[in-house]
Amino acid sequence: MTDGGFSMAKTTATLKTVQKIGFKNTMRKWWGQKYLQFMVLPGIIWMFVFNYIPMGGIVIAFKKYKITKPISEAPWVALKYFKEFFNDSNFGDVLTNTLGISILKLLIGFPLPILFALLVNEIRGIKFKKISQTLSYLPHFLSWVVLGGILTTWLAKDGVINDFLVAINILKEPISFLGGPQYFWGLALISDSWKELGWAAIIYLAAIAGVDQQLYEAATVDGATKIQKIIYITLPSITGTIAIMLILQVSTLLNTNFDQMMILKNQINVSRSQVIDTYVYQVGMQMGKYSYATAVNLFRSVIALFLLLISNKTCKKLLGRSLY
Amino acid sequence: MKRSRISKIKRSKGTFIFDTINTAFMILICFLCIYPIWYVIVNSFNDAKDAMMGGIYWWPRMFSLDNYTTVFEDSSVLQAFKVTIGKTLIGTSLNVFFTAMVAYPLSKNNLVGRKWYMAMGTVTLFFGGGIIPVFIMFKKLYLLNNFLVYIIPAAFNFFNLLIFINFYREIPSALEESARIDGASDWKIFMKIIIPLSKPVLATIALFAGVGQWNDWFGGLMFMTTRTDLEPIQTYLYRMVAQVGSSQVAGSISASNITASDTTSTSIKLATMVITTLPICCVYPFLQKYFVKGMMVGAVKE
Repeated sequence: MTDGGFSMAKTTATLKTVQKIGFKNTMRKWWGQKYLQFMVLPGIIWMFVFNYIPMGGIVIAFKKYKITKPISEAPWVALKYFKEFFNDSNFGDVLTNTLGISILKLLIGFPLPILFALLVNEIRGIKFKKISQTLSYLPHFLSWVVLGGILTTWLAKDGVINDFLVAINILKEPISFLGGPQYFWGLALISDSWKELGWAAIIYLAAIAGVDQQLYEAATVDGATKIQKIIYITLPSITGTIAIMLILQVSTLLNTNFDQMMILKNQINVSRSQVIDTYVYQVGMQMGKYSYATAVNLFRSVIALFLLLISNKTCKKLLGRSLY
Repeated sequence: MKRSRISKIKRSKGTFIFDTINTAFMILICFLCIYPIWYVIVNSFNDAKDAMMGGIYWWPRMFSLDNYTTVFEDSSVLQAFKVTIGKTLIGTSLNVFFTAMVAYPLSKNNLVGRKWYMAMGTVTLFFGGGIIPVFIMFKKLYLLNNFLVYIIPAAFNFFNLLIFINFYREIPSALEESARIDGASDWKIFMKIIIPLSKPVLATIALFAGVGQWNDWFGGLMFMTTRTDLEPIQTYLYRMVAQVGSSQVAGSISASNITASDTTSTSIKLATMVITTLPICCVYPFLQKYFVKGMMVGAVKE
């Protein structure tokens, strides 16, 4: 008994010394790389101030915060604002629009760049290949504001799109696309796909470039057609990349493209264009309900985090690939 | 013998059809990517009142440079351009240098606390406070209605840091070691060896950060609550687009209800769209090989 106690005391003592020495060593090592440490430190401070303090600011979702008083003085209200959001008459619309647009982008917008990359890869002439790639990046570099300026003109009743559709007899009469809520989801999908098609294909093109050329040569000898080569060689070779991109996309199901929504949204199509992000901005910044808006945003962030973890795990299980 | 020859001909025929369709499809995509810009350029060189009637698709109908003169004579537009140029130059160079500097130590596995630092950064990629807490904090830091709100909060980017780290790791360590034997400090090695060798990645990040600054309109809308003179051109343009957008939805424009102020705002809108877009169009093709590599490294990390 005493023996055991004695040896235990001894072990703790040794452990402490080891820890002390360990700590001393770490400090010495730290000092040895002081230049490096001083180079990292500003970055850490920056992240603390601009990422972590706002994360702490999330507490106002559980408090009745007014901008005139400090956060610490605001009274706690627990889950009041979350309940308010779930009972809000806008809740259904906002959630439907967010998920609807995101799922459309996932089902249709996600495969398009893969298809585009496969087709670009099959272009014969090197110069033409290069030019089409370069041009396909162009929309990515345009700001949504400029694009919005173009789109509002084009989609108006007397705009280019209506002129074209009427001219080729698809439409009998011009339609005000941005003035019809029922068109909004489609417009959001098409404009986003157009803007990011080439840019999103970069990753897949890089992955395709890494495929072993001998596989294609062997397939040619066996008499495989171009389409067969794409289906049986190229696609399986880039599954890993597709999986990673898919995880990222699924995890962003609740963040729609804020810039796009803000610019294409207007008073008339608001019933189909109000998404969580724009709702947070409108309620928080334009109506001054800070706590409520923060609660709505927190609801979104937490679900997004879960989606990320779940999709990452699924991917790991199915394909043995993961993000981190 | 005969059969194989037939299949060969057939195959090449199939390939020919495939190639033709593919080429046609690519030409269509190229056209769709470039035409909107062309449309704006053509309209910007057309008389504004005439342009508002629509129907200008390929070439100006009433050629005029008035739109551009209107822009360069409007002091508030010029002021907005100054803000945009200022924040792009200062913000981009600070972001690139600062991120490059913080990334360098983090590319070394023996850095004390590296795991913690990286974990701290990775969290920020997937979770954040959201715009309201950020707004409240900026208010407390006196960043509202302050030019610095474009610079300091944009000085660092963890995603770009990952791109830097991956690039640094490909630099042969022998270069650093020989400098160290000569007695150079880590800081000196970074400034004299790493930075000059990192031009491709510096160019990539500069493009990303620069385009981000140049195209940002929300910062001006959100953080310039009273000082509209500190709004960048994109915010200015946003206000016009939002205004015109709602009036266009309400009813189509006809020759009778065009007012003088409509014409001016259309002039400014068209010319500004071209002026803000052209610099980027001229720059990015030359940086293509760099940012393609940068995107790859950033997405498929380690």
